[in-house]
Amino acid sequence: MTAEIGQYCLLLALLTALFQGTLPLIGAARGQGLWMESAIPAGRAQFIFLALAFCALINGFIENDFSILYVASHSNSALPLYYRIAATWGAHEGSMLLWAFILSGWTLAVTLFSGGLTPVFRARVLGTMGLISFGILLFIQWTSNPFLRLIPMPAEGNDLNPLLQDFGMTIHPPMLYMGYVGLAVAFSFAIAALLGGTLDAAWSRWSRPWTLVARIFLTFGIVLGSWWAYYELGWGGWWFWDPVENASFMPWLVATALLHSLAATEKRGAFKAWTVLLAIFAFSLSLLGTFLVRSGVLTSVHAFASDPARGLFILVFLAVVVGSSLLLYGLRAPVIRDSTRFTWLSRESLLLVNNILLVTASASILLGTLYPLVLDALKLGKISVGSPYFARVFTPLMTPIVFLAGIAAMVPWREGQLDKILRPLLRIALPVIVLAVALSLLVDGMSDIATLAGIGMALWLLATQGLSLWNRIKHRQSLSEGVSALSMSFIGMNFAHLGLAVFVIGVTLSGSHSEEKIVKLAPGESASIGAYTFKFGGVHAVEGPNYHAQEGRFDVFEGNRQVAALTPQKRIYQVQKNPMTEAAIDPGLTRDLYVALGEPLDKDAWSVRVYYKPFIRWIWFGGLLMMTGGLCSLLDKRYRIGSRKDLTLESQRGA
Amino acid sequence: MTPRRRRMLVVSLILAGVGLAAFFGLTAFQKNLLYFLTPSQVAQGEAPKGHSFRIGGLVVKGTVRRAPDTLEVHFDLTDGNRTVGVSYTGILPDLFREGQGIIAIGKLSETGVFEASEVLAKHDENYMPPEVAESLKATGQMPQPPEGTQK
Repeated sequence: MTAEIGQYCLLLALLTALFQGTLPLIGAARGQGLWMESAIPAGRAQFIFLALAFCALINGFIENDFSILYVASHSNSALPLYYRIAATWGAHEGSMLLWAFILSGWTLAVTLFSGGLTPVFRARVLGTMGLISFGILLFIQWTSNPFLRLIPMPAEGNDLNPLLQDFGMTIHPPMLYMGYVGLAVAFSFAIAALLGGTLDAAWSRWSRPWTLVARIFLTFGIVLGSWWAYYELGWGGWWFWDPVENASFMPWLVATALLHSLAATEKRGAFKAWTVLLAIFAFSLSLLGTFLVRSGVLTSVHAFASDPARGLFILVFLAVVVGSSLLLYGLRAPVIRDSTRFTWLSRESLLLVNNILLVTASASILLGTLYPLVLDALKLGKISVGSPYFARVFTPLMTPIVFLAGIAAMVPWREGQLDKILRPLLRIALPVIVLAVALSLLVDGMSDIATLAGIGMALWLLATQGLSLWNRIKHRQSLSEGVSALSMSFIGMNFAHLGLAVFVIGVTLSGSHSEEKIVKLAPGESASIGAYTFKFGGVHAVEGPNYHAQEGRFDVFEGNRQVAALTPQKRIYQVQKNPMTEAAIDPGLTRDLYVALGEPLDKDAWSVRVYYKPFIRWIWFGGLLMMTGGLCSLLDKRYRIGSRKDLTLESQRGA
Repeated sequence: MTPRRRRMLVVSLILAGVGLAAFFGLTAFQKNLLYFLTPSQVAQGEAPKGHSFRIGGLVVKGTVRRAPDTLEVHFDLTDGNRTVGVSYTGILPDLFREGQGIIAIGKLSETGVFEASEVLAKHDENYMPPEVAESLKATGQMPQPPEGTQK
């Protein structure tokens, strides 16, 4: 019965979305107040319908209702309850429903926190979101209905992909989707602004917190995905430049550019047209990501089915969204005038450099990701782009970003004086170089130029950041007064840039000083890596709720002192009969020790992978710091409820 | 310097930077392109010499042989028409099994053995990388999916 309720709610949501996507927009064009207001109840009703539909699907999983095709294909009664619930978004149909549900959640949020927007603007934002939702819901209903019945009902389900039976993987998709879909809000704000022709400071101030929230979630989703790949895939890597990873990274890069550009638009009224374009690109890349991951054109754990109708639908949808928004942009952008001038040495121009580099990086990744697909679609041969391409292009583009990130905060808006900026920089340059050399001597006797460069860049970023912080507080009477006078968005920026520095250190040290050994070990034998000795204690059988496992034991010694006992597993899940490697990791602030079982060889010997990964955790710490920065900025006074009234006035004056 | 001159200087510097970036980017792109070939294509000598490429096919049953003391593995890869020997040192992925589809990345040696640096067994629910499925369909060697699986 619940499947029918879910189906019914899905159809109701589809109709509501159509309503929400048309009437308010027409009302806004014709000045009909009531039509415009109808967007609010429509958005809320859509949320309720989709929440009910989503709960109905979860219920199917909880109750092991294998008469639902989707449940039968992706669950099993032996699967623990927690994973049964998470299995709801473990495959294509359910995850698309999650996408739509999250979009309705964002819509609800806009209806709740939009008191300060003018009715016309709000109607346009909600109307645009309604249209997006309509497209996605039509897609679900037409090609990916999760509520289809399977008759006759099988006695048992086909189980969830074992790779996805993991904590990190259960929250990775919802977080990533919160980010993807959150960019739909920034997109809708941009479209609404283009429709109305009002690109003022109020618009960017409104857009900014939504973009911030979306990017916080997107960062978290990517960090989780990377962390999961590290411990679950058993290869010890944290990023593979896999097309699916690229699909989430491209919108992140553009959203980052958008945040920086929004800052310039809000504070100085600069780059208005460019900012709008970035908002359009960011959401288009999110849609493209959904298309790449869900259409089955890519081979990966994420690609569930290759149904050409799905791919075609998303491709057409993508073309409509990108095409119509770029058309609108083309019609409206020429009338947008920036209300400011700035010289080459100003924060505006440095933000522009940041934007150019981020967008170029995103475009290079897009080239490497899409080129093989285009070639294949045109039947010109099957190729793929090796991951060295991405690393080689990405690193030189990111280097100037790290170099300039701290400096940009010191350079004033509009016009800076070269000598005033250069003097303090020259003063810190020597200490930074000396410290970088000293640290690099300590790490590897300065044998690796990449390590020296990476440490140097991270230190430079920290030093320039410290300098800009000092500039802000030095004129105050006391340190505490200076610190308390800092705005939350400035503190947020510092956290985010600190995250960047931490990330650079993690990437550098784990990249150039990881050690890996693949060895054959019999019980009692040991393998040494760096200062650590891994002693293999043999393998014994272990039973899990829905799998059998072979569990190995490794005692890890540093000299004579035991530092860890690791128990990696080789699991066979009962339903799908696929073997799965569960790596065992001894985490640490400065190093991870990592063991994964390979295959059983003759007698009791196993092939084993052992890794020593220095500073690898710093990569994810960096991501978490960036999220913290986003949260701080969100708390800035400018975005508080109380400041809404001035915004309304401002935007009315602007309009 | 007049502002106009300065602007020209900045613009030309940006252009030079972009041009340089594009040059390096495209060179890196060219160098890292990996072609996908079937065992038949390799047997007909279409494999690029001294350059990495990807090969995909089914692992022939009963051909997986391990060296006694090292982690070296040999197996044959087929697309139904022709077969190519593959050698690999390391740990095979979890989903590697005889009779199933895999993709290997590496180079062809002088003796015609494919020396793999990486073996991938990522697949969809039908245990088949799409490239391999397509080449098998072309030769009419696509195995029927087992009973009871949907789609």
